[in-house]
Amino acid sequence: MSNENLSLTLHIWRQESSKSVGSFEEFKVSVSPDASILEMLDEINNGLEKEGKIPIAFESDCREGICGTCGLVVNGHPHGPLPKTATCQLHMRNFKNGDTIYIEPMRAKPFPVIKDLIIDRSAFDKIQQAGAFISFNTGSAPDANVILISKETADASLDAAECIGCGACVAACKNASAMLFVGAKVSQFSLLPQGQPERYKRVQEMVAVMDEAGFGSCTNTYACEAECPKGISVTNIARMNRDFIKAKFISKEVEV
Amino acid sequence: MGWLWTFTNSSIGKKFVMAVTGLLVILFLLIHLAGNLTLYWGEGAFNGYVSVLDIFKPIIRIIEVILTLIFIFHIYDGIRLWYENKKAKSIRYKINASSENSTFSSRWMIWTGGIIFIFLVMHLSTFWYAFNFSGKTEVDGIEQYYNIVTTWFQSPVYAVSYIIAMIFLGFHLNHAFQSFFQTFGWNHKKYTPFIKKFGTFFAIVMAVGFASIPIYFFISSLGGK
Repeated sequence: MSNENLSLTLHIWRQESSKSVGSFEEFKVSVSPDASILEMLDEINNGLEKEGKIPIAFESDCREGICGTCGLVVNGHPHGPLPKTATCQLHMRNFKNGDTIYIEPMRAKPFPVIKDLIIDRSAFDKIQQAGAFISFNTGSAPDANVILISKETADASLDAAECIGCGACVAACKNASAMLFVGAKVSQFSLLPQGQPERYKRVQEMVAVMDEAGFGSCTNTYACEAECPKGISVTNIARMNRDFIKAKFISKEVEV
Repeated sequence: MGWLWTFTNSSIGKKFVMAVTGLLVILFLLIHLAGNLTLYWGEGAFNGYVSVLDIFKPIIRIIEVILTLIFIFHIYDGIRLWYENKKAKSIRYKINASSENSTFSSRWMIWTGGIIFIFLVMHLSTFWYAFNFSGKTEVDGIEQYYNIVTTWFQSPVYAVSYIIAMIFLGFHLNHAFQSFFQTFGWNHKKYTPFIKKFGTFFAIVMAVGFASIPIYFFISSLGGK
């Protein structure tokens, strides 16, 4: 493996605030192939600060691909062109010397840009608050394995629960639809016995909040699944559709 | 009935309406194609088929009204979804990588659908009008349905636009077929890969089936005269 630095031309989105008009700023950099894209941005920021300029604002937290904070759109791909990889795990060795890279914030009306590459994803929190919970009795901890769950069911639920809520599905979707996210959040509970009491109420309330937030509708392009850093399957969207349709047709609430 | 209004105006409800109406249109297309193919059995077979439909005229009229409603809902929700979805993604990316994560058919539904709509208007104003209201379906007691069709398809402009529209229909159906399964929530590891392949096969069969008729009659009109 060559350790020679890569010479790259970067076009990075700069935007002062949610109200200002943004534009791309060009940077010519020489970067180690072992650096992640975030480390490259750190280096650029060090340089900018030394020059007394305002550093590029971007988000990151765990830098090991499990928190979902760092979503950037790299050359049109949320989290970059590498499948099942979060931005922080995307290393520069995946690019070629002389490449031009465009780094943009995730685009969706419910995800307004706060500054540069940072977006406001609180719409996801509102959806979560609307139904992503279960109810149980407090008190002493129940015995383990009182409710038996098959390995397959547990796996399917955990696969859905792998969603890190990064917003890549919304960013990838031409409709800015959040259905992969909501589908995963609905599925992780509706698959398990513990999630049954609120199953149909949950899906209706989460979808209602999703619609209210201004996300688009799914047109089954499956771009979300292709770009998801956790490989969340669109089967979860189908499950949400099924639960939602069933909920609307069988519930006894006539007016809603 | 408030719930039905809420449902059909929710994001999933709109998809559901698209899927149900789309599925009904697919059923109609199957019957329509089966009927059209009688053209290959010659003048007698096709005129006979149209005459049989004529006997059930009142029922056909009711079906036509239902079909119109189906198309209105499909087109209305299609345009509404397109407009709302566009609004949700008002800023596009500088680099568009959508061809690497989704199919052409799935991304261009509004446009393939739009072309099919233009075709539908053309189709209704020629064949449907001629068969139903032109008063030219009988000359000296002989049914003219077959002759009307073959005459239209002698026109290269008409035949070619018909064929082009059917290519777009193929793309539209390619996405549509597997899409309604997904919308109804029928996604299964065992069956979905087959459904997707069958959908493509189905789309090709429908497009080729419909397009073969203008191709056949246009070519035979060249050879015959």
